[in-house]
Amino acid sequence: MSNMALTEAVYYILLSLMQPMHGYGIIQNVEALSGGRVRLAAGTLYGAINTLIDKGWITALPEEKASRKKEYVITDTGKEILQRELARLEELLHNGKQILGGECV
Amino acid sequence: MRKVIHKWFWVWDFDKEEKWLNEMAAKGLALVGVGFCRYEFEECVPGEYDIRLQLLEHNHCHAESQNYISFVEETGAEHVGSWIRWVYFRKKTAEGEFQLLSDFDSRIKQLSLIITMIALISLANLMIGISNVSLMIGNSSEVNGVGFLNLAIGVLGSLGTWRLLRKRKALKKEQEIFE
Repeated sequence: MSNMALTEAVYYILLSLMQPMHGYGIIQNVEALSGGRVRLAAGTLYGAINTLIDKGWITALPEEKASRKKEYVITDTGKEILQRELARLEELLHNGKQILGGECV
Repeated sequence: MRKVIHKWFWVWDFDKEEKWLNEMAAKGLALVGVGFCRYEFEECVPGEYDIRLQLLEHNHCHAESQNYISFVEETGAEHVGSWIRWVYFRKKTAEGEFQLLSDFDSRIKQLSLIITMIALISLANLMIGISNVSLMIGNSSEVNGVGFLNLAIGVLGSLGTWRLLRKRKALKKEQEIFE
């Protein structure tokens, strides 16, 4: 399990939650980070958030009375997962560049 | 002005239902309420809304479903109605493309949920239909249409299940290559 790839959605959700954010904030942040390429749909994000909470990679912050929107933030386990994913992505990138790098595609 | 239209869709034709609702919205009739075979519309600017529907894991009154509905509403969509486990949302087209599910995982999960529901209903109808019809033939009693009706629903439902299974298989194949 430890060297399995994260989905793009999970990777960007974890990255977004380095600072506390509510659902719609995550959608907007991911869209901005990816230059408009990745647009998370609400249902997909909702499912992913619940799975990540169950895994203990993110956690829901205690709700403030002023706002009814729930905020989420990454946990230490989540940060470790992100670091591992970053190393994996670097390997992919490194190999790709090394093999294709010389050729002008 | 409100307008009510009664229309029947088989459960496995949920995408046809969604397509029809979007065609209505494109013509200037936006969905504002749903019930059993019943759709309530309100006049809107043609093409003002995108409509999406979804089957939930629980009845729409369940706390988990309510959580989900408010989550989707927080993203700028409007909850227009629910019926048993189905929910209907609309969102202004001006706010960008409206989808509820954006990856293979969640689309496959949604199809599986619908498949399980239809398969169970079909199986129950087939079993009731077969036992009723065979009893009827055995006793050569008065002709009773109910058994045949169960059989017909069971057969139709099985065909619907088969179609959705094929659809899910195609998605899973794509998922082997793409994310």
